[in-house]
Amino acid sequence: MSTHHVKVNVNGAVKEADVEARLLLVHLIREDLNLTGTHIGCDTTSCGACTVLLNGRAVKSCTVFAVQADGGEVMTVEGLTSNGKLHPIQEGFHEMHGLQCGFCTPGMMLSAVALLKQNPKPTEEEIRWGISGNLCRCTGYVNIVKAVQYAAEKMSG
Amino acid sequence: MIPAAFDYAVPKTLNEAVALLGQNPEAKVLAGGHSLIPAMKFRLASPALLVDLNRLNGLAYIREDGGWLKIGAMTREADLDGSDLIRKKYPLLADTAKTIADPLVRNMATVGGNLAHADPANDHPATMLAYGAQVVATGPKGERVIPIGEFFAGTFETSLAHDEILTEIRLPAHKAGAGGAYVKVERKVGDFATAAVAAQVTLDASGKCASAGLGLTNVGPTAIRAAQAEAALKGQPLDDANIKKAAQLAAAAAEPADDLRGPAEYKRGLIKTLTVRALRKAVERAKA
Repeated sequence: MSTHHVKVNVNGAVKEADVEARLLLVHLIREDLNLTGTHIGCDTTSCGACTVLLNGRAVKSCTVFAVQADGGEVMTVEGLTSNGKLHPIQEGFHEMHGLQCGFCTPGMMLSAVALLKQNPKPTEEEIRWGISGNLCRCTGYVNIVKAVQYAAEKMSG
Repeated sequence: MIPAAFDYAVPKTLNEAVALLGQNPEAKVLAGGHSLIPAMKFRLASPALLVDLNRLNGLAYIREDGGWLKIGAMTREADLDGSDLIRKKYPLLADTAKTIADPLVRNMATVGGNLAHADPANDHPATMLAYGAQVVATGPKGERVIPIGEFFAGTFETSLAHDEILTEIRLPAHKAGAGGAYVKVERKVGDFATAAVAAQVTLDASGKCASAGLGLTNVGPTAIRAAQAEAALKGQPLDDANIKKAAQLAAAAAEPADDLRGPAEYKRGLIKTLTVRALRKAVERAKA
């Protein structure tokens, strides 16, 4: 069993920790760094509640080891606000009622941010495609799509 | 769920990675990890050492070279999906990459991993059978080329030696008159195929079938090449009657089992229908 010293830039600040190789990235984020906005849902690579950006790509942090993020950049939901101002995607979820229980919301927002970076003006179909790795049990997705459309408009406007 | 404890190594070169595997019979290669890590969390796999290939340079590329399309084994599914070259000239591969799991998984999952895991439910094996691909294995004595037909030895088993790493996948380069399609039925996004069919055809100058490749997903212990169906198409016009005949032969080649995704006979019926659809789409694309 090996332990490793990792340095990860999380939401703009370098964090260091000694981790067992088997520590999952989501546990580093939640338990070592106390960033509990990243949720654990299914824990089986299905639901997307644990989605974070790893080196700019949206990934399921329950299926990545913390050591794999060594030297890399992670963005969690806590990194979306800047100077106390909501990110357009957060504003979109607020304005368009894009959540009910909120459990899927952090992962949903990070998938949306990754999508909008790649495709700033997605069609409804492309939005649904982009969030197809994130499950929501409350909304039926309609208002989530509207929230992403709101953010797309705001970010390109 | 927490995997059993293991050692973790980041080799700086491919040779070092091969040597690490050779030194440790309980070692496993970590590529995208999206089959291996879930298996480790369920304790279905408990490797003593993970050899992480993610920091090796030069294993992720997509390029045409000397009559082949060469794909580095660490190429992510998302990069296949986003490649203009693949979209324009390799529609069967583009279709396949698009249906694998979901966008988040595709950001990590690799083409090499999808093949080396040798899960009959994975999508690339049938597609590579239809293309007549080759894979390159790198071991202590250097590289060896394995025809894809000799690669899958059983469920989760390949002809790779323990100290060999799959490093490249080679597809015959696109030629005029070639086209393909992958048609999959899945219960929902992210699920494995209930059944799927990969079809690749090349038309000769008169519009007849110069060659056909057909691969079947998740209807047997490995992905299945429907060789009799391929042979029946060769030299024939790809009309409805011949396509239906081939579909019948493809369904006969399937060895499905009853499971949560449906009874065997339903899956055999699916293969027949999906073969018709895949061949029709492949012919349409070959003519375009």
